Amino acid sequence: MITLKVNGKQLNADVDPATPLLWVLRETLGLTGTKYGCGMAQCGACTVHLDGEAIRSCVKRVADATGKEITTIEGLSPDLSHPLQRAWMEIDVPQCGYCQSGQLMSAAVLLAENSKPTDNDIDEAMTGNICRCGTYPRIRQAIHRAAEIKARGGNAK
Amino acid sequence: MSAAMKRRDFLKTGAAVGGGLLVTLYLPELAQAGVSAKPSDKLKSVAPATFAPNAFIRIAPDDTVTVIVNKSEMGQGVYTSLPMLIAEELEADWSKIKVESAPVDQAYNHTVFGMQLTGGSTSTASEWVRFRKAGATARMMLIAAAAQDWKVEPQSLRAENGFVVHTASGRRASFGSLADTAATLTPPKDVPLKDPKDFKIIGKPRRRLDTPAKVNGSAQFGLDVQIAGMMTALVARPPVFGGKVVSLNAEKAKAVAGVKDVLQVPSGVAVIATGFWPAKLGRDQLEIKWNDGPNANLSTVGMREQYATLGKNPGLIARKVGDPAKALAGATKTITAEYEVPYLAHAMMEPLNCVVDLRADRCEIWTGTQLQTGDRMAAAATAGLKAEQVQIHTTLLGGGFGRRANPASDFVVEAVQVAKAAKVPVKVVWTREDDLRGGYYRPMWYDRMAGGVDAAGNPVAWTHTIVGQSIFQGTFFEQFGIKDGIDSASVEGAADLLYGIPNLQVDLHTPRIGVPVLWWRSVGHSHNGFAVEAFFDELAHAGGKDPYELRRALLANQPRMRAVLDLVAQKANWDKPLPAGRGRGIATHFSFDSYVGQVAEVSVDKTGAVRVHRMVCAVDCGQVVNPDSVKAQMEGGIIFGLTAALKGEITLEAGRVKQRNFHDYEMLRINEAPEIEVHIMPSTENPTGVGEPGVPPVAPAVANAIFAATGKRVRKLPIRLVK
Repeated sequence: MITLKVNGKQLNADVDPATPLLWVLRETLGLTGTKYGCGMAQCGACTVHLDGEAIRSCVKRVADATGKEITTIEGLSPDLSHPLQRAWMEIDVPQCGYCQSGQLMSAAVLLAENSKPTDNDIDEAMTGNICRCGTYPRIRQAIHRAAEIKARGGNAK
Repeated sequence: MSAAMKRRDFLKTGAAVGGGLLVTLYLPELAQAGVSAKPSDKLKSVAPATFAPNAFIRIAPDDTVTVIVNKSEMGQGVYTSLPMLIAEELEADWSKIKVESAPVDQAYNHTVFGMQLTGGSTSTASEWVRFRKAGATARMMLIAAAAQDWKVEPQSLRAENGFVVHTASGRRASFGSLADTAATLTPPKDVPLKDPKDFKIIGKPRRRLDTPAKVNGSAQFGLDVQIAGMMTALVARPPVFGGKVVSLNAEKAKAVAGVKDVLQVPSGVAVIATGFWPAKLGRDQLEIKWNDGPNANLSTVGMREQYATLGKNPGLIARKVGDPAKALAGATKTITAEYEVPYLAHAMMEPLNCVVDLRADRCEIWTGTQLQTGDRMAAAATAGLKAEQVQIHTTLLGGGFGRRANPASDFVVEAVQVAKAAKVPVKVVWTREDDLRGGYYRPMWYDRMAGGVDAAGNPVAWTHTIVGQSIFQGTFFEQFGIKDGIDSASVEGAADLLYGIPNLQVDLHTPRIGVPVLWWRSVGHSHNGFAVEAFFDELAHAGGKDPYELRRALLANQPRMRAVLDLVAQKANWDKPLPAGRGRGIATHFSFDSYVGQVAEVSVDKTGAVRVHRMVCAVDCGQVVNPDSVKAQMEGGIIFGLTAALKGEITLEAGRVKQRNFHDYEMLRINEAPEIEVHIMPSTENPTGVGEPGVPPVAPAVANAIFAATGKRVRKLPIRLVK
C-alpha cells in the first residue's frame, strides 16, 4: 500500500510502486484531469506539482512521490479562482482542452517563481507542453494577464 | 471528411439517405425505440414538465435551456457557436444555456451528408438554418403558451432574455414557467427568421461554454470514462500494415501482475488488464511472430521514385481549359517543378480510445468520435446486433482533425472485437506509439507542375499532375467522392484553381499502396495549397511580376478572394520593406467555401534554421457566428500548418513506420510559435468553413517567404534547409 498526499488529502493506493504516478492519479484515485499524451515526458499533458515543482507524472514512479505534496489540476483552486484559470477563461485559451491541465500546471510554477514573466520566460517555461490545437499565442497572452491579476491580489479588474 | 464531396452531389443524394433539411419533431429516446411520436404524446409520457419542441432544445421548469448539439466538440467551438444560433432566435437568457451531446439518431443527421458526423468544416454552414429554426419554433410556442394562459393575442407578446413579455401591461413569464403549457401545443409550420440586422448574439464574440470545465480538470474526454467492472486493453498490432499473427506466446505477459487475459483479435493481440500500466507491461512481454504480408518491403523512398515515374506522364484529367500543351510550347518562358509532401499523422493530443460495454442484447459505447452513424453501424455489425441496439455516448474529443471520422471505424470496431473476446466491459487505449504507427495518414503526394508566361510575363499555361493515394476509395463515401476515376479529395484546391489562366490542365494518378489513408485537417487542400501557391510564386517571378500583384490581376473575376488578398497584403504591409535578412511570402487558398489569405514573415539563420516571426491572416467565411472562435480556428490552423511545413513526416522503411513518439514526430512548440494576426472580412453571405481553411496557405506562404529571404525555393515538406 502506498500513501500519497494529493491536493492536501492523504490517500492510499494499492499499486505496484513502479507504476507511473500518472496512472495512479487517473485510474486509482480517479483524478482524470491529469492527461496521458506520450508516456515519455515529451508533451507535458501529464504535468503535476511535486513539492511545488512541475514534473511529468507519466515518467515518475509513484513510489518516488510518497511523502511529497502532490498538486493536480483539480487542486489548483477549489473554485476556478486561480489567476491562471481566470485569465484562461477571460481569453478563452482552450480549444479541445486536452493539453490545458498540463499547460496550466506548468504555467502555475512559472507564475509562482516569476511574478512578471516576459515572452522569453514564458517560452522557456512552457516549451515542454505541446498543444496540437495551436493555442500558444493565447497561452502567452493569458500568462501575462494572469500575472496582472495576481499583482492586483487576485482581483480580475 | 472533405468539402470535395461537392455540396451539389450531396444535395442530390442526401435525400436518398435520409438527409435534407429537417426540423425533426420527436424525442431521440423514442426515435431510437422506433417510435415516431408527436411532441405532445412524448412529452406527456417521457418528461411531463419539460418542453422539448424539437430534437435540439429542452426547456426545464427551472428555466434551464438545454441545447442538444449533434456535432462533436473537438476544439472548434461548436458547443458554443451552435447554441448561439438557437439562443438568438429563442431570445434565450444565455446564462441558462446548457449543452448536451446528442445521441445517435437520424434526427441529428448532417443536413447535407445524410448521416451524423462532424467534418468538412461544415458544422456552422449546415446548421445555420436548422438551429435557428429550432430556436424560433420554440420561441413561437412559448409565446403561444403565454397567449393561451393570459388570453391575449400572440402578436401582443414578445420574447426577451428568457421571458415572454406582454408589451402593453409589462406582464412577464419565464420560459421555464411556460414549459408545461408550451409542451401541449403543436409546433408552427411556418417559422420566419430574424433579419440579420436584428442579431443580438450572432456575430458578437462570446466566451466558450466549455472553458471552465477545461481549466479545472473536470472536462470528460473518452480516455477519462470509467464504468463499473471495466478492464483496460492495449492491442499489439502488426508492425507492417496488413500483417497477421503467425504464433503467439503469451506466458510472460500473463505473468505480469494485473494482466487478466491475452486474446487474439482480428487486428492483433489484446492484453486485458486492471489498468493501463499492467496492460502496457504485459504487451511489452508478448512474443508474437508476425507474417508481414504484401507490404513487407514498402518504403517511402521507393514510393517517391514510383510516384515521380508516374508523374512524368499525365494521369486522368480532372480539369482542362484551352490547349495547355500548345500554350506551353508557345510560351516566352516556361518552368517546371516537382513538389512533394509526406505522410502525416493527425497526432491528436488525446490518443484514440474507446470504451465498450457489450451485452447479449445491447452495446454501449463511450468515445470521442466524429462519425457516429458509421461507427454505430460498424459496431452493430461487429457485435451481431441491430444498429438501434448500439448506443454511442460522444464525449469531448481531445482533438480530431479527421482521424476520429474513419469510414472504417477502426478504433471502434476493434474495441467491440476486444469486448466480445474479453466478455467484460473494456476501454481500449492507444499509446502515442500506436497512434503514430497506426496508419490512416494524410497521403504522401507528388506534384509535377509546369507553367508558361508570355512576353509580358503573364501566365498563359499551367499544368499540374498529381500523384497520390485515394482517400475515398473503398469507403462508403466512394460513390460521392469518386467520379470517372477521379477522387475529388485528391484534386481539390488544384482543379478548382481560381486564377484566370487561359490554358490549364490538372490530372491525377491514383496508385494503390498498402498504407491506410484518411482525411487530415484540410484534406487534399493540405498538399494542393502548397504546390499551387508555391508554384504560382515561381511563375510570378519567372515573368518578373510581384506575386501579390499577379494574384490580384488573375483574380479579377473572384471579388471575394481578391478582397481577402488585398486585406492581408495591406495588414502585412506588403509594400513596405523589411529589415535585412527577413522575407515575406504571400499565399491564398479557397477551401471549404471560405477564402483565406496569409502573409508569412520569416528569417533563416546561417545553419539553415527557419524562424517564422509573424503570420498575418485574412478570412472571408461569410456571416460569422462567434468571431472569437473564427479567430481561434485561424490561429490553430496556422500552428497546425506550421507543424506540417516545418516538422511533420511519417516515413516507412521495410514496411515499418520509422517514427514513434513526439521526439521523432515533432510538433511546433510555444517557443517557435509566431505572432499571429487574424482579420475577418465582414460579410452577410451564408456561413462557410473555418476549422480547416486556415491550414492550406501556411506552407506556401512560408516557402515563398523563404525564397524572398534567401533566394532558395522550397518544394518539399517538411522544410529542411539545415546543412
